[in-house]
Amino acid sequence: MQLNFAGREVTIKLVYYGPALSGKTTNLRALHQLTSDESRGRLMTLETRDDRTLFFDMLPLLFRAEGPVQKSGERSYTPSEASAGMSVRVKVFTVPGQVLHGATRRLVLQGADGVAFVADSQLSETENNATSFLDLRSNLKEMGMSLREMPLVIQFNKRDLPNVRLDAEVLELAKRGREPVFKASALKGEGVLETFFGLLHLTWTRLETEHQLSRSLGLESDEFLPVAARKLGIKRDVQSLLASCLGNGLKPPPREVK
Amino acid sequence: MQDIGLDLEGARVRLEELVDRAALGELCQSFYALFGIPVRIYSSDGALLADTSSEHEVCAYVNSIAAGRAACGATVGSVKLTEPDETGMAVHPCFTGNAYRILTIEYEGRRIGRVILGPFLPVEVQEVPSSFLELDPSIDPERAKRLLVRVPRAKPETISRIAKHLRSALDLILFSGHKTLLTSQMHLASVRESYRELEEKGKKLQEAFDKLKELDRLKSNFLATVSHELRTPLTSIIGYSEMLTEGIAGPMSTEQNEFVKTIHEKGNQLLGLIQSLLDLSKLESGTMSVRREPIRVEDVLGEVMKTLIPSARKKNVQLKLDGDGNLPEIRGDAERLRQVFTNLGDNAIKFTRDGGTVTLRTRTLGRDDDDDEDGFALLAPARKMIEVSVMDTGIGIPVAERDKVFDAFYQVDSSSTREFGGTGLGLSIVKRLVESHDGKIRIEDNKPRGAVFVVTLPTAQE
Repeated sequence: MQLNFAGREVTIKLVYYGPALSGKTTNLRALHQLTSDESRGRLMTLETRDDRTLFFDMLPLLFRAEGPVQKSGERSYTPSEASAGMSVRVKVFTVPGQVLHGATRRLVLQGADGVAFVADSQLSETENNATSFLDLRSNLKEMGMSLREMPLVIQFNKRDLPNVRLDAEVLELAKRGREPVFKASALKGEGVLETFFGLLHLTWTRLETEHQLSRSLGLESDEFLPVAARKLGIKRDVQSLLASCLGNGLKPPPREVK
Repeated sequence: MQDIGLDLEGARVRLEELVDRAALGELCQSFYALFGIPVRIYSSDGALLADTSSEHEVCAYVNSIAAGRAACGATVGSVKLTEPDETGMAVHPCFTGNAYRILTIEYEGRRIGRVILGPFLPVEVQEVPSSFLELDPSIDPERAKRLLVRVPRAKPETISRIAKHLRSALDLILFSGHKTLLTSQMHLASVRESYRELEEKGKKLQEAFDKLKELDRLKSNFLATVSHELRTPLTSIIGYSEMLTEGIAGPMSTEQNEFVKTIHEKGNQLLGLIQSLLDLSKLESGTMSVRREPIRVEDVLGEVMKTLIPSARKKNVQLKLDGDGNLPEIRGDAERLRQVFTNLGDNAIKFTRDGGTVTLRTRTLGRDDDDDEDGFALLAPARKMIEVSVMDTGIGIPVAERDKVFDAFYQVDSSSTREFGGTGLGLSIVKRLVESHDGKIRIEDNKPRGAVFVVTLPTAQE
């Protein structure tokens, strides 16, 4: 998270992690489709000729938190009251999934505020999902971060394919595990917003606890998610999006013990 | 992970880093060519990045008059300082009746620069305003009007459209500029990160290697100490058992004599084994001293033959020495070389069946077979080597085993330890002794059966 009072903006970094070809970029494309023109920047994809992510994809989402009305002509060059109309920038990144890009994954992961793990639901990918998750854990560890303290949601993607883990199994796994789980078919745009807002919710709660962000933004703490959804042009109700979460609720991870 | 100044979040994006100035200049020129309105682009800290460097005739006229020049400078300065409002646009009038349009350049919601369009003539201006004419008495109203109306006229909507167009063109340039910037930053960062990772792994390997080397040294030291400590009491056992058999302590029964002889014999065997261990550890730790003096290999081999004859006879193996008898001298340690060839000969006899033959063959070689060496073409003709082959007609050594037999404690067939005896130390000592003479040893087939150990040693010429 970067809080810039002079520029009156806060930047939240979310990273979509997961094995190769699990649909991270597809999630970002869908998110791009589902958000309004005014609130999103261009989707930047740095990919190779065969459409595989080389370094990362990045979707910037921007909106202005509603603060006190400001005087005109006083926007970014001349800072005024800190809380007046802070802009919120949510930058969503994907990592390259291919095993050889380990160094790149660490670089993208640096400074992440929350992680969505996009797993491939196909039974044949079970092993790859696990390997990628362990890779995430060891990369976080190498950077002095712990998985436990990182806001994290898991998405079981490609629910529309045959030979996938059954719904009942996913539910059972979700109930037993710590992390909130979402089902998705990113190609069809299903479950994408749910995953995103689930992660945003966890991340926001965490940042709120640590930095009292709502005060900086001039918002009530529980206003953030609805405001974000409205500003991003999302018609659906945030609570109903969050309600589709399987297993353990969207409780934030414990605070870092210093 | 070290900080490498990677800014994926775009917190420090600057206009001048995203665009190519020359390309920006061309963009301004093409807008000027289309609409006849000058374009200037400034970075957020007010540095001019690109302009069309063109002047309307009326501006040139104004600048030819001192008061006009001053007024123009003041106007331009004030235009540069004008900050557009929420809409990102502002209008600034000029005393000549012209106007400027100022628009912000935004990237991902941040203002990173400004574009100034103008001067252009707003459609509603028909007459030269008094602010222009009253500037200086020398201004010619007729000329001023003639030149003023030549400035391109534009409606506010038109200017807004041009501005919008310019903005979207800039936006595209900025996006691809940012993408390129991130790609190259990411590329560099990835390379550095991979390098760091490799370096770390290399360091860990080096540490592990150093530790192993140290352990190896400790092992050799330990072996040397233990061998020495074992040898001292063993010498007493051998000495006293020998004295017993000689009857120094009084006569013994035949059976007692037999037992004591066995003690003496096994004691000697144990001593040989300990000696081998000691040699090996000395050779490994590099503390074995090898003398370098001119010696004749034939003399060494003659002694070796004498040593081998009894065991050859016992096994009914024929022993032959075959050589040209005219070998050049080499520099080395006769005692150590005798150890080498006795060991090889013993081995050959051990693995050769009743009625077989063991041959020691010598010859002089013109050159070494190591043609991978630096300056081979120059050095090889000047060098002479001697070769000693120990050939047997025994069971032979499979190709795959030929390197391993020189490892300490290695036996081709561990069950053969029972059949043929031996500690598995002999050949590893032989190899190290040969190498300490700058020589080499290899194994070849003997036709039709058996093995040949070929030792090459450099002559004293070098």
